Amino acid sequence: MLELKNICYSVETPDGTKDILKNVSLKIDDRFVVITGPNGSGKSTLAKIIAGIITPTSGQILLDGRDITGLNITERAKEGVSFAFQQPVRFKGITVHDLISLAAGKELNIGQACEYLSEVGLCARDYISREVNESLSGGELKRIEIAMILARGTKLSIFDEPEAGIDLWSFQSLIKVFENMHDTIKGNILIISHQERILNFADRIVLLSDGEIRKIGNQEEIMPLILNPNPVCEQIKV
Amino acid sequence: MAMDAIQKDLLEKVADLHEVPQGAYNIRANGEAAARSTTANIDIVTKTDKPGIDIVIKPFTKNESVHIPVIISKTGHSEMVYNDFYIGEGADVTIVAGCGIHNTGDSESRHDGIHTFYVGKNAKMRYVEKHYGAGDGNGKNVMNPTTVINLEENAYVEMDTVQIKGVDSTDRVTTAKIAKGATLIVSEKLMTHGRQVATTKFEVDLDGENSATHVISRSVARDESKQLFLSNVNGNNACNGHTECDAIVMDKAVVSAIPQIQANHTDASLIHEAAIGKIAGEQLTKLMTLGLTEKEAEEQIINGFLK
Repeated sequence: MLELKNICYSVETPDGTKDILKNVSLKIDDRFVVITGPNGSGKSTLAKIIAGIITPTSGQILLDGRDITGLNITERAKEGVSFAFQQPVRFKGITVHDLISLAAGKELNIGQACEYLSEVGLCARDYISREVNESLSGGELKRIEIAMILARGTKLSIFDEPEAGIDLWSFQSLIKVFENMHDTIKGNILIISHQERILNFADRIVLLSDGEIRKIGNQEEIMPLILNPNPVCEQIKV
Repeated sequence: MAMDAIQKDLLEKVADLHEVPQGAYNIRANGEAAARSTTANIDIVTKTDKPGIDIVIKPFTKNESVHIPVIISKTGHSEMVYNDFYIGEGADVTIVAGCGIHNTGDSESRHDGIHTFYVGKNAKMRYVEKHYGAGDGNGKNVMNPTTVINLEENAYVEMDTVQIKGVDSTDRVTTAKIAKGATLIVSEKLMTHGRQVATTKFEVDLDGENSATHVISRSVARDESKQLFLSNVNGNNACNGHTECDAIVMDKAVVSAIPQIQANHTDASLIHEAAIGKIAGEQLTKLMTLGLTEKEAEEQIINGFLK
């Protein structure tokens, strides 16, 4: 279980201090939790704070009751936090096989690597020796990113907009990956997403707005707020 | 001549050899011929006018290899070697050269070599060259290889060079003349550390119609080392030329890339790409989210880059 206590994050800008996250407190112990909210609401920042990539200005992060606020990225990864990037990174010379093995923490044979790749709809034979470089499309990279999280098999997996760029692969397949992942690993899965179909499959939805949690609830409670997102400005229709 | 453990280790580093190789070979240790073997198709002859050997490969020799490693374990040893390779028409061979220096003394050990290749019509050659230095003395390890490649009609040459460790100073020159329909692919991997200095220069003449070359240099410069990459590709006919220099610069190292492409023919198509930069922060972050430390992530990225 992940617990965030009063997480604040602010940055200095030429116009003064800007608060990106304001006192975010949250417990994640469901199977699938989706954090949603408009662009700029602080979703990705929150995900990066959990993974240790961004250090919060104040607040506390607990993983299974243990304070991990002071741990760096590597230490958190070893404690059981995985993070799938919104925009996966390319590496010259490093193959898909290398990356999946690094994610698994051991040298995988082709059969083992194949299990993770076929789970995300990639044929291992075509991909295993490919370099993770410019020759791979954004969608292919995105699936490899997800396969790496599967190979890690940690108690907390965070996905930052996993659906972006994988249009040709159905949402249903993506949701199936998350379901299989939970059945196998039994961990908590935290997804940052705007997609209604992903929201529909969540056990719980956290609606972030302007750096604050506006509401936590199920689809019935959250969807009306998303469909009428901005009561402050009546001019915005879409 | 029997080899000691240091010499055997050097041999393994530069030629991946644990024992004497199969096929033709010539092992040069501290300036002397340590071992030699020829085959029915491959002859190795000692030059009489200067130090070095002639390697003569008969036309249509297929799937044979020649190993010609040089190892220096004596401090202060300096040599200049001329090796000429005659690859017969239609042959298909692999040549593995390499130089390993183990210098524990205070004097400079140095190996300068000029390898000249005459690659016949329709012949295919893969040329592998590894350079490696070791030893904890103050004496420098110096290697200055010059490679001259002449490709006849429709010949195909792949040249892979690797210098990863322990060479204090290197000045590498590769020149090539490429005839009609012939192709030269060069892949260079270089890493410098400490206060090492490496200069690598390519001069390629695409003389024949439909000749082609692809020169790829990947390098990593660490500590206070310095690297200079120069390439000059001349398109003298309807041809395709591509050079690519990709470098990672770290610590206080300095890397310069000076590309030059010159089209002397309207149907010459020439491209140069050069990129120098540090390791991308997001690459480190990604590998750290997999549980690697920053140092381990850096090693993985460099190893992959130079693989």
